[in-house]
Amino acid sequence: MDVIVVPLIALLGYLVFQGPPQDRVTLLPDNTGTVGAVFVKTAKGEQLLNTAYASADVSTRGLLSTRLQEETAVRDRYKATLAALPAKPTSFTVYFVSGSDTALTPDSLPVLDQLTLALASRPAPEIMVIGHTDRVGKLEDNDALSVRRANTVRDILAGVGMQGTTIEIAGRGEREPLVPTADEVAEEKNRRVEINLR
Amino acid sequence: MKQHYLFTLCLGIALALGSGLALAQEAGVVKTSKGNATLERAGEKLAVSVGSKVLVNDHVMTGPDGAVGIMLRDNTMLSAGPNSSLQMNKFAFDTTTNAGVIDASVKRGTVAVISGKIAKSTPENVSFSTPTMTLGVRGTEFIIEAGPGSN
Repeated sequence: MDVIVVPLIALLGYLVFQGPPQDRVTLLPDNTGTVGAVFVKTAKGEQLLNTAYASADVSTRGLLSTRLQEETAVRDRYKATLAALPAKPTSFTVYFVSGSDTALTPDSLPVLDQLTLALASRPAPEIMVIGHTDRVGKLEDNDALSVRRANTVRDILAGVGMQGTTIEIAGRGEREPLVPTADEVAEEKNRRVEINLR
Repeated sequence: MKQHYLFTLCLGIALALGSGLALAQEAGVVKTSKGNATLERAGEKLAVSVGSKVLVNDHVMTGPDGAVGIMLRDNTMLSAGPNSSLQMNKFAFDTTTNAGVIDASVKRGTVAVISGKIAKSTPENVSFSTPTMTLGVRGTEFIIEAGPGSN
């Protein structure tokens, strides 16, 4: 008898004390299995979530508690929401002949065909053309060069029948090298334009 | 001559502000849409379809059979499930530095989030909230559920 009654009273006491759950956040791993972190703050406390399928609940009384959930239960509960997520963006990279802001390397040309193919399967496609440079020269000069490279690629895309797609350009200069180098080092892999399709 | 210079300067500032505002207004684009879904903008209700732009201050609402997927300009991905209400309070994104601001609130229902470039470059400026919680994001995927009955 006591075996059943004691936990029941404990559960009831817990619910009366906590109140039913009101809001909840659940952490998910990304598609590579990596888990980030979410910092939860309420009027009565704070909690860091950094484990896959961990969740934080806030009860109607404002109390914060955490617990680990089953992956299948989470996937099932939020099926409709997760299914509505947009497809992840994909990136294509083209490279420039040394010193040039107009000439692509010959092996960059097939990339444009792959892009055309990928574009067809995207709902409301948008393209962000992002220019990059290596670390030779000043930051501001490289910002300008990266924009010129992005413009070149935008014009190429417009020329091969992508006028109907929203194309935005950006220049990130030397801020995001593919191959990290010291300043003033020439690196062909960094003289590139990323075409981000989303 | 001096007046002419002043005029040019004012015009320059006005143009810079104007283009900045136009960009600041657009937070993202709807990529998936299902069932009953609306966008509330300045008191007006607009139908949601794939390709609809989502602006700062827009309020996304879904019915019992509705769901909407949105790609923000920094590649943050959001989806609102059935019976949900999501407000885009703030959004700004600098494509050169990848710095920006995201502030969105889930008033009810469920919203899934896959963080984007802003959460990488300036995570301190990314905030999601429910009526009882404020969430800080450190490059990640998560689901927010808001409202009574979320047990």
